[in-house]
Amino acid sequence: MARSPEKVLEQVRSALGEWIVDSRCEYGEAEVEVAPDNLYRTLEWLRDSELLAFDQLLDIAGVDYAAYGQDEWITDEATNTGFSRGVDGFSTGRLGLTGIYGVQPIETSTGRRFAAVYHLLSVRHNHRVRVRCFAADDDLPMLDSIVPLWAAANWQEREAFDLFGILFNGHPDLRRILTDYGFVGHPFRKDFPLIGNVEVRYDENRGRVVYEPVSIEPRVLVPRVIRDDNRYADPATQEASDA
Amino acid sequence: MPEISSYTVNFGPQHPAAHGVLRLVLEMDGEVVRHADPHIGLLHRATEKLAETKPFNQSIGYMDRLDYVSMMCNEHAYVLAIEKLLGIKPPERAQYIRVMFDEITRILNHLLWIGAHGLDVGAMTVFLYAFKEREELMDCYEAVSGARMHATYYRPGGVYRDLPERMPKYRESEFRNDKELKRMNADREGSMLDFIEAFCDRFVGTIEEIETLLTDNRIWKQRLVDVAVVSPERALQLGFTGPMLRGSGIEWDLRRKQPYEVYDRMDFDIPVGRTGDCYDRYLVRMEELRQSVRIIRQCIEWLRRNGGPVMLTDHKVVPPSREEMKDDMESLIHHFKLFTEGYCTPPGEVYASVEAPKGEFGAYIVSDGANKPYRLKLRAPGFAHMAAMDEMVRGHMLADVVTVMGTMDIVFGEVDR
Repeated sequence: MARSPEKVLEQVRSALGEWIVDSRCEYGEAEVEVAPDNLYRTLEWLRDSELLAFDQLLDIAGVDYAAYGQDEWITDEATNTGFSRGVDGFSTGRLGLTGIYGVQPIETSTGRRFAAVYHLLSVRHNHRVRVRCFAADDDLPMLDSIVPLWAAANWQEREAFDLFGILFNGHPDLRRILTDYGFVGHPFRKDFPLIGNVEVRYDENRGRVVYEPVSIEPRVLVPRVIRDDNRYADPATQEASDA
Repeated sequence: MPEISSYTVNFGPQHPAAHGVLRLVLEMDGEVVRHADPHIGLLHRATEKLAETKPFNQSIGYMDRLDYVSMMCNEHAYVLAIEKLLGIKPPERAQYIRVMFDEITRILNHLLWIGAHGLDVGAMTVFLYAFKEREELMDCYEAVSGARMHATYYRPGGVYRDLPERMPKYRESEFRNDKELKRMNADREGSMLDFIEAFCDRFVGTIEEIETLLTDNRIWKQRLVDVAVVSPERALQLGFTGPMLRGSGIEWDLRRKQPYEVYDRMDFDIPVGRTGDCYDRYLVRMEELRQSVRIIRQCIEWLRRNGGPVMLTDHKVVPPSREEMKDDMESLIHHFKLFTEGYCTPPGEVYASVEAPKGEFGAYIVSDGANKPYRLKLRAPGFAHMAAMDEMVRGHMLADVVTVMGTMDIVFGEVDR
């Protein structure tokens, strides 16, 4: 790459200091976080600045952080009854779902659940940056549409709306794109079950396709496990806890 | 009788020229398209959500099924992202094998594209020529991984196994005599590298053959020249990558600009179009076929001279061999842990991309330190190209819609994911 991600980050920070909420450079990739109010003008500046010239929007990824860092197994200590079967545990696919497992509530701090991540590329200068923006409200996540900046944003925002229910203010044509006609819900949210809510079949008596509640049980084959692996531990925090 | 000014045509969802399942609602004015509204998602399988519920390695097979004509390139992006997270780098030999198979995949993809594109526009012969060659390359896939298409050959830490010493041969059958059998097995006497080299020697001629059928063909030119012209500025705006961007005259290739694996040691040219019409994009892809052959030759040469491992030996990520496993308790434990729970990655977010045959294919992984990705987002080049459908066909005739679809090299596995 022509310019190192550290350099890119430094240039973004020095130009847009007060708009940037957070920024980091991990795994050789530059990432900045902005508040929803500043999203549009940040991206506009990134596109138009001579120095950085991000002329391409590669992708918009919606992310639902509702279950971030939650696992399904207690791994710190082994119990005398052994570990549970994976099928009995809670799973991120069952967040907020009632059933034989009870209800697992969604626990997030307000305004930190839904985010849109914009992947930008500068063909002219050959560098990349990632811009993350959390929607202010978890119940009605809304962000400004950037279709006027990049035409490519049109379908990408439709996808994020369809799969995560993030609304894009000012989008010219915010329809569902990947799911079925008349689909209910936003399937990539963490509280949407993996098996879905409805199944379809052809009903011979009625002579048409009918929708019915799913008849299969949700299950987990491999439980989600987070291990505190010492190989990945941050040496600074490790020393602090040891002391 | 009132005069009808415009009417709507429903194209698809099942149509031979739709390259899969696409429903296209076209608003027509006579035979001229005024507006096109593609309805996609008929092949949506929620790959990204499925990947969130499985250990990292179990999703590699899903990547093959995204763009199901450039299987290994999709795997490559996903595996690269995992490797970036884990901070590992595959052995050199594995990197050469990956580059070679990326280029074999590119030829596979472009052959399907030229076949289907020709068929759409009315050139039947090309299809037969192209599919004959595809068969040979699929044999390479099979020889190396056991599967003709959905290989799952790239793994974090290298590739599943080394190239075979002998190329599988056709067997005797009542449907072919000895002479025929001998002809079919002529290239298969040596190792797999010999087979691929023989293919490369022959394939340069095949490209010429296909070009004589099309490049100066009057009908082909009438259907492609000046159809769906995209200016370089618009191509950037619309998020085009790969041959679609290069066809518009922008020299941009991740293999050269942001090299991964050993592409920085490869010698190849990047073809660029001038006018940004369908004909230029055709020429760009044809030249890419030749460049791919060039890269494959360089890989063969290196692989012949250099041996070595094709997989890391870090058993926290890579399973031990079966032999080791039956000998050594520690290996057995590693094997058991890897195949039941998988490995955990450090928390963080990475984006890795490769120059897939259709454009930039990227994998964005958000990990919270678990044995599964917290969120996986795949950047499919075809999605951006399909989004430009309306702009590209507006003002063209109905018959040109099919040409535009062909020139985009659309595969719905990756558009719908």
